[in-house]
Amino acid sequence: MRIEHHPILTFSKKEPITFLYEGKPVQGFEGDTIASALHAAGVKALSQSIHLKRPRGFYCAIGNCASCNMVVNGIPNTRTCITPLKEGMVITHQTNLGVLYDPR
Amino acid sequence: MTHVELLIIGAGPAGLQAALSALEAGAHVTLIERSHVLGGQLSKQTHKFFGSQKQHASKRGIHIMTLLIDALKPYQDRLTIHLETHVVSFYHDYVVGCSQGDRYFKLHAKAIIVATGASEKALPFENNDLPGVYAAGAVQTLMNQYGVKPGHKVLMVGSGNIGLIVSYQLLQAGIEVVALVEAAAQISGYLVHASKLRRLGVPILTKTSIKGAQGEHSVTSATLWDVDDAWQGIPGSEQTVEVDTICISVGLSPLSDLLAQAGAKVTYINELGGFVPWVNQDYETTIPRVFACGDVTGIEEASSAMVEGQMVGLLAANQLGHVPEDLPTRIDALKAELKTLRMGPHAKKLRLGYAKMEGHHV
Ligand SMILES: Cc1cc2nc3c(=O)[nH]c(=O)nc-3n(C[C@H](O)[C@H](O)[C@H](O)COP(=O)(O)OP(=O)(O)OC[C@H]3O[C@@H](n4cnc5c(N)ncnc54)[C@H](O)[C@@H]3O)c2cc1C
Ligand code: FES
Repeated sequence: MRIEHHPILTFSKKEPITFLYEGKPVQGFEGDTIASALHAAGVKALSQSIHLKRPRGFYCAIGNCASCNMVVNGIPNTRTCITPLKEGMVITHQTNLGVLYDPR
Repeated sequence: MTHVELLIIGAGPAGLQAALSALEAGAHVTLIERSHVLGGQLSKQTHKFFGSQKQHASKRGIHIMTLLIDALKPYQDRLTIHLETHVVSFYHDYVVGCSQGDRYFKLHAKAIIVATGASEKALPFENNDLPGVYAAGAVQTLMNQYGVKPGHKVLMVGSGNIGLIVSYQLLQAGIEVVALVEAAAQISGYLVHASKLRRLGVPILTKTSIKGAQGEHSVTSATLWDVDDAWQGIPGSEQTVEVDTICISVGLSPLSDLLAQAGAKVTYINELGGFVPWVNQDYETTIPRVFACGDVTGIEEASSAMVEGQMVGLLAANQLGHVPEDLPTRIDALKAELKTLRMGPHAKKLRLGYAKMEGHHV
């Protein structure tokens, strides 16, 4: 799902980044957001609707709509469309509203 | 709480240009951006811009962005940038709350410029929440910023410039655009963009809309139907197209919620895209020393966003005691430039919108 040839842009090979998605290792690249890496890996459903648990993908990709919220390194409601991917990130689906926690 | 001089929320063309003008005038600027990169909408615009020569027309959006960011470099000592920082609250006493990863902090400013831009609208139809249904600009971001294909077969809904341009960029990325549908009798964007698509064989179906999407986990097809003059679907005219991606390009709404929170007057003006802050001819809101510029004051273009940005940057600096040289002449010239940008037939709606804003004389 990566663009290989483009008349205007060049997408040079970037450093691979490995992260855990639902417990399985997945590869993305330097410069990816979590959502772009997941989409490239074929994962379209990122969140769930709160009541009917319908699958939701990203919608705005600018951090405005919450349609891409996932649990990242234990932190719920992370907007994966604007969060840069980092090596070793642990990413899981969020099944509830997310619980407030104390980072200290 | 940290005290800053001039706070700018949003680093798209409007916010970047406002920062530049205010820095040139001598102000200390704090720029807050929720994304991990500067540039706003410009960071994915690979096409050559229309607009005025002065505002870099015929350069690609991504290059205009680089020019603006480079221009800020000489002012590093007076500029603080917070990336990945979301302004989540705006209080009456010039205090904003920021969420940055695990951290929440407050900033107090002497003057504030809101340049938050706009967000793409959604469209009601059956299964419009299925993965595979994306805002057109979001797909543009995925492709042009991250080099990822949204899918293989796309339906584009809406024929404004965004719909037309993103369709063309999908083709550039090697993706099939099965059709572009438009409920109105005529396309609403520029003919040059539409002709390019037609030449490449993309069917542009007017008086047609989307009735629904199908698919279990993500989109596998879409149902189209003809619509009458009141944009109501005509039963019996349905046809199904096999697509895995549906792009929605039916306009943007200004992100004015922070200003509403602060208590500034915000009004619904359909022609400007939705709820917009009430601004005077200097783009100052009903709260003194709180300015707004760019798409948040009405959906327009990067060219006008940059002119508005320049203007409020100078005016805010001036109110903070950094009097720019030749201020009245420069402001008059910028206002004249805005007027020129809003002259063509395509800006008719905008002119109607701004006319509704009493006291707005641009
Ligand atoms: C496909 C497409 C093609 C276009 N083509 C052209 C063209 O050819 N010519 C032209 O002149 N214009 C064009 N435009 C329009 C142009 O991109 C916009 O009008 C312009 O970017 C608006 O600038 P702005 O700075 O107001 O907003 P934006 O560019 O949207 O920037 C707003 C910034 O604010 C940030 N932000 C928002 N809320 C918060 C918050 N609470 N906290 C922190 N940060 C926040 C956002 O992340 C964003 O970076 C096009 C737009 C699109 C989508
Ligand atoms: S897709 Fe809208 S917030 Fe991420």
